[in-house]
Amino acid sequence: MEAEAKTMTETPKKDAKVKKMMLILSKATIDNVYAAFILANGARMEGIEAEIFFTFFGLEAVQKKKLEHLHVATVGNPAMHIPTLLGGLPGMEAFATNMMKKEMEKLDIPPVGEFIEILEASGCKLWACKLAVDMFHLKREDLVDEISDVITVGDFYTRAEGENTHLLFI
Amino acid sequence: METTIAGKNIAVNDEGYLTDLNQWSREVAEAIAQEEGIQLTDDHMPVIEYLQEQYKNEVPLSIRKVGKSGVVDIKGFYALFPGGPLKKASRIAGIPKPASCI
Repeated sequence: MEAEAKTMTETPKKDAKVKKMMLILSKATIDNVYAAFILANGARMEGIEAEIFFTFFGLEAVQKKKLEHLHVATVGNPAMHIPTLLGGLPGMEAFATNMMKKEMEKLDIPPVGEFIEILEASGCKLWACKLAVDMFHLKREDLVDEISDVITVGDFYTRAEGENTHLLFI
Repeated sequence: METTIAGKNIAVNDEGYLTDLNQWSREVAEAIAQEEGIQLTDDHMPVIEYLQEQYKNEVPLSIRKVGKSGVVDIKGFYALFPGGPLKKASRIAGIPKPASCI
């Protein structure tokens, strides 16, 4: 056990260090959005490059009109530990989301809009998926200014080139 | 453990963070900064002093807090301490490595 713990904390060799994190956010539930943001921001804090590709429902997190209205799922989410029928009651999602937001504020986790500003200031690149933008009939001006551009999957993969780049789908 | 920084015996942990802020001086900061690839200037000092102040007041540090401090914005913080600003700035400031994910 002790030997195992030691391996976990040992600093890896320099050439094996993560150089770039390429995150793909495809969901708009607040827990998934924060997972992507915290991973990207955490990478920048460690001197690791970070980029996020917002696709499908993930685009809600960077739409000016929607980003402050993201919810946690109270139906079909066993981690809520409430009966599914109860989770479907009107106002339940808003209630659970508010509870979660309060807890996050206590931990100094910024709201979505402010988090996007922090990510941009830290040098994290934010991209919108062209196909999803077209599908949802969105215009560039519907998206926050921090989005660098609307790009294709191919463009995103091109940006992932290089050693020690990791891709993560959320 | 002890190591020699700027010609003085300084107590540090295994990650090179000072374990006693009283041993900190501008010279020590400059030597650590150099190790981190940073040339310390007068622009760095208000940030370092802010971090030390927060540490003394037992306020947990985060990038967000530094950004809201009025001392430096987040972009400026990354520019002053490239490649991991909170970690590097804390080490240069002689305070423990912040256990922050934000």
